[in-house]
Amino acid sequence: MSFFKKLKEKITGTNEAVTEKFKDGLSKTRNQFTSKVNDLVARFRVIDEEFFEELEELLLQADVGFETVMELIELLKVEVQRKNIKDTAGIQSVISEKLVEIYQAGEDLDSELNIQEDGLTVILMVGVNGVGKTTTIGKLAARLIAEGKTVMLAAGDTFRAGAIDQLVIWGERAGVEVIRQSEGSDPAAVMYDAIRAAKNRSVDVLICDTAGRLQNKVNLMNELQKVHRVISKEVEGAPHEVLLALDATTGQNALIQAQTFKEATNVTGIVLTKLDGTAKGGIVLAIRKKLNIPVKFVGLGEGVDDLQPFDPEKYVYGLFADGLEQEDNS
Amino acid sequence: MAFEGLAQRLQGTLQKIRGKGKIDEADVKEMMREVRFALIEADVNLKVVKEFVKTVSERAVGHDVMKSLTPGQQVVKIVKDELTNLMGGEQNPIQFARKSPTVIMMVGLQGAGKTTTTGKLASVLRKRHNKKPLLVAADVYRPAAIQQLETLGKQLTMPVFALGTDISPVEIVRQALVEAEKEHHDVVIIDTAGRLHVDELLMQELKDIRDLSTPDEVFLVVDAMTGQDAVNVAKSFDDTVGITGVILTKLDGDTRGGAALSIRAVTDKPIKFVGMGEKMDALEPFHPERMASRILGMGDVMSLIEKAQENVDEEKSKELEQKFLTQSFTLDDFLEQLQQVKKMGPLDEILKMMPGANKIKGLDNAKVDEGQMGRVEAVIQSMTAAERNTPEIINANRRKRIAKGSGTTIQDVNRLLKQFEDMKKMVKQMTGMQQKGKKKMKMPGLDSFFK
Repeated sequence: MSFFKKLKEKITGTNEAVTEKFKDGLSKTRNQFTSKVNDLVARFRVIDEEFFEELEELLLQADVGFETVMELIELLKVEVQRKNIKDTAGIQSVISEKLVEIYQAGEDLDSELNIQEDGLTVILMVGVNGVGKTTTIGKLAARLIAEGKTVMLAAGDTFRAGAIDQLVIWGERAGVEVIRQSEGSDPAAVMYDAIRAAKNRSVDVLICDTAGRLQNKVNLMNELQKVHRVISKEVEGAPHEVLLALDATTGQNALIQAQTFKEATNVTGIVLTKLDGTAKGGIVLAIRKKLNIPVKFVGLGEGVDDLQPFDPEKYVYGLFADGLEQEDNS
Repeated sequence: MAFEGLAQRLQGTLQKIRGKGKIDEADVKEMMREVRFALIEADVNLKVVKEFVKTVSERAVGHDVMKSLTPGQQVVKIVKDELTNLMGGEQNPIQFARKSPTVIMMVGLQGAGKTTTTGKLASVLRKRHNKKPLLVAADVYRPAAIQQLETLGKQLTMPVFALGTDISPVEIVRQALVEAEKEHHDVVIIDTAGRLHVDELLMQELKDIRDLSTPDEVFLVVDAMTGQDAVNVAKSFDDTVGITGVILTKLDGDTRGGAALSIRAVTDKPIKFVGMGEKMDALEPFHPERMASRILGMGDVMSLIEKAQENVDEEKSKELEQKFLTQSFTLDDFLEQLQQVKKMGPLDEILKMMPGANKIKGLDNAKVDEGQMGRVEAVIQSMTAAERNTPEIINANRRKRIAKGSGTTIQDVNRLLKQFEDMKKMVKQMTGMQQKGKKKMKMPGLDSFFK
């Protein structure tokens, strides 16, 4: 049985609706990328240097980054030789297999959220400006509530104009309380208040918003560390999750973002936002490989339920779905 | 994990070639590989890179490089020149309408920084062009987007036209134009909602707004960190709405900003401004040459110099120069210099702008000790006027008092006095050497602030 068939069975066996969402959300990405792969396969009957060169370019255009692309191509070349693959017909499945492999190399990391059985779970949301932290929090809150959790939000972005109001509106939509102070107040103090309130009301999950900050602003990163410190002082083992929101349109700088935020706040997972455009977010491969940070969620649209858990196999399935359907027919 | 700049990468290649006497076409090809790599790592779109490398390669093979004794430098120069050419042309000021008001539309993806930039642009237009802008809140989709613009309006004391979220953006714009006429605003800036370039419905809305308001400028606001997708975004917006210029945001980050080149190459529209910080006045004209240096990882010397010029008082530095020459330099002057340096911004940010700074090993981890600067200030401020003018009189007792007064230790005081002595000696030597040379800015003793 081919890799694709196994993959499809595995996925369709689990949750048809989610897979559909992935397919829809990724359709733009997929159409562009897969049609190019198909086109490539059609043009090249034989696998040669030129084929690999074109494949390399496809991946570079998905923002995968030079190093990872080189590694993948090397892997592929070895595999092609080992399996003695001569024509391009069977190459698609090998490509996606290796992509998943690269992503999963190293220790197997849980992409589930670390939610405590008893007591308060604190999730801290961090990232540069404009990546969609607040929106993600709104979606995440709705998701947790649907799972039967009680949720509270902390309006820790006291800097950007309108940021508190934005979170309050998301709070209203999800029907959760938002702990806030006035604009310009100390974010660490907001967190302190919020943790107190969360404990008093014994909610399950507190999600903390922070102001967007560029990772090279030392003062702002120090401030974030302080916020992190306050949280870990008030609740043992907290924050249980530090989620880095990453814009899928971001290029190679995302790697530096992930590294710097990891150093400052020990990032535990990535939320890859805005994946419903044409951007591919290929840099997450490099981030997972180099820094060992897994992607936990992807943002696939504007709706409240458009935040989906990340599953590398589904991600690849989304990228290659057209190819899979073709293979099925044959 | 700072990326290596092109110059360093080329050095590596050249080391392999060295010893061959002169380089041949194959060597140039090898160097072009490095150019390609550097540009892709800087997020320049692959297609743009290929086209670009072809041009550079032709020039290089032609003769410029192969006859040169310093082929590496030649290649860097050619690459930089071509980059500058591609992004440059003449500076493009804002097109104001002959008949007021001038209408400016801000468009772009979500999170690019449209609303913030709208505020900054309004501020610039008022300050430098003496305009009276009206801001229009046409983002009815993102929660609190209108509040955000209203808050910015309050900060800038500038009127914001908003009708809430229940009225269509097109209608909001229509009424805003009437309002502008009535209140004699000569500029109207429309802040539209962020949208995906593939969202046909929302792109149609932009067309409707454009057709209604016939804008003089349509600015595409783009995040400088954007990767390969920048070309798709720019092309879609240009094809559907027709942009007249680009504003690059978040350039105060450490991204190389290759998107600038990509966008310029596919749309041929000028980059008019760059966003350089969180403050409302942090919007600056675009400088192609600086952008080229940045993409190549060569540091931004010009911005550094400008920053220095902005913050250093001409008069004072002349005075200081005189003091250096006559050696009547006191601790007060030392303090003043410190404060001038501090005004330029966080030291490590300044450091990052220096070319080659990323080459120095360990510097990316080096934390500039701003606390040390604070201590020095405290020590000097705890001295009497007499002590500052003639530090020689500072005896053990005085040291004790100064340490106590400044909350430091006697060792701190001793260290500072020693530094000051050393500096004076150094100045004496220097002024001896270049009595006639003109140096505007001197910052001796600075290195002691780096751990």
